[in-house]
Amino acid sequence: MSCIAIQTSGLSRSFGAVHAVDDVSLQVPTGTIFGFLGPNGSGKTTTIRLLLGLLEPDRGSATVLGFDTRKDADSIRQRTGALLEHAGLYERLSAEDNLEFYARVWQMPASTRQERVKELLTHLGLWERRSEQVGTWSRGMKQKLAVARTMLHRPDLIFLDEPTAGLDPVASAALRQDLTSLADKEGVTVFLTTHNLPEAEAVCDQVGVIRQGRLLAVDTPSGLRDHAGGRKVEVAGSGFNPEVLSELRQRPEVADAAAQNGNLIISLQGDEPVAPLVRLLVESGCEIEEVRKGAASLEAAFLALMEREA
Amino acid sequence: MIRDASAVVWKEAHELMAGAGRGKYTPFILVAIYGVFIPLQAGKKWVDSYETIFLGLIISVFMVLSIVADTFAGERERHTLETLLASRLSDRSILVGKMATVVIYAWGLTLASLIIGLFAVNLSAGGGTFLMYPASRAIAVVVMSLLMAILASGVGVLVSLRASTVRQAQQQLTIGWVAITFALAFGFKGLSPQSRTHLLHWFNSLSLVRLTVGVVVILILLDLFVLVVDAFEFQRARLILD
Repeated sequence: MSCIAIQTSGLSRSFGAVHAVDDVSLQVPTGTIFGFLGPNGSGKTTTIRLLLGLLEPDRGSATVLGFDTRKDADSIRQRTGALLEHAGLYERLSAEDNLEFYARVWQMPASTRQERVKELLTHLGLWERRSEQVGTWSRGMKQKLAVARTMLHRPDLIFLDEPTAGLDPVASAALRQDLTSLADKEGVTVFLTTHNLPEAEAVCDQVGVIRQGRLLAVDTPSGLRDHAGGRKVEVAGSGFNPEVLSELRQRPEVADAAAQNGNLIISLQGDEPVAPLVRLLVESGCEIEEVRKGAASLEAAFLALMEREA
Repeated sequence: MIRDASAVVWKEAHELMAGAGRGKYTPFILVAIYGVFIPLQAGKKWVDSYETIFLGLIISVFMVLSIVADTFAGERERHTLETLLASRLSDRSILVGKMATVVIYAWGLTLASLIIGLFAVNLSAGGGTFLMYPASRAIAVVVMSLLMAILASGVGVLVSLRASTVRQAQQQLTIGWVAITFALAFGFKGLSPQSRTHLLHWFNSLSLVRLTVGVVVILILLDLFVLVVDAFEFQRARLILD
């Protein structure tokens, strides 16, 4: 199998005057989790539709698992699983019948499909309720079942559009664990869209940020954080007056210093140590109770990218 | 493709059986009307009248109309269509699976109505002898109702492909059906008395075999035309954008 699961080059698709996907070029290595981040209507779902061959691009090209999306869409869909914008469950059918149907679609042998259905439903804690009509279930339970459906036939690549929407924190954590395990142990590639940035930070090997159809950045989560301003130090205490802030800003290792909610937030440049800054604060008469070192979150990086491109 | 289409038939059949509200009882009501009420009204002449053949065709169309609107418009309305299209199923197997379910359902219930009708007539008017459809009529109604069910489901699928809701599809199909019925009725009445007599005379002069063969040929041609149009109209990308 190729080491690149998804490769796009100048992929574009418009609907009338709206450029839903505009010149998107990216590579997703096999066996990794790729997070596709962007605000509503930024082109995430259209990109998935293009990659599945459900829509044809106006310009550019894409290969998925080595197959061209224009010419070999059937081969792509044969080897992938997809949870799209909606859960896509048949609400009049039971959970077991929903999975049974898709197991038949993927031509799984009768003995295997029953085992696999039981395995997945048991793993997700839904086995006891397998005979109930899905329409009577909560949104979170439906979402779990929809995720199970995408994994049913053990595809090489899984597209997940907002998979943890509606899941409780425990179920979300379990799903993240499952995705990591699928990628690490079974070499499955996961293409994930999400608004949940801590989730993307926790599971994704690589993230792409898209806005108005244009890909703004592709990097590892830590790479994106570095772009957003590197390390930060939060100092809890008192006495952070304007003179102290001004003195801090003149230091070469300090990018910015600001008081927020009574605490002092110092943005650092490079890898200089923090101790000299703490000494300076003490010598300036500040009372210091706690110093917390940290990096900019992925959320901060995402927001910074959005602001920069607005 | 047969295996894929049969997976779709399996799903459609399970959804039909699971039913929704009163829709679950629709086939029983239709069979009660066409298989019991009308034959009892007709009495003995039910088994060897032309009306039985004509009614067989009408029943098959009604059976199709009762479920065909749901085929694609229902999937679209319940947000299951895109997931189905994202699966490995080919366009053709989805289309064939959906249409096969409608045809099997409609034709099956039509035949059931005719068989139940036979028993109903025998019970009420048999008078000790078992009344039976003449073989030629039985064959005519079995073949023609199948072809009629295929035609109606082909047209119904076309409407369902384009409709955004099941209700919209049902309304369009009902209006179309009523328009065809009225056009035929008023078209016949609009003819001059001489032409009407001429037409009826010509119609009566035809043997059942010739009439059946003629209708069957016309229905086969119409079925093929509608199936080709269905296959052309069923395009994943267009369905996604709709």
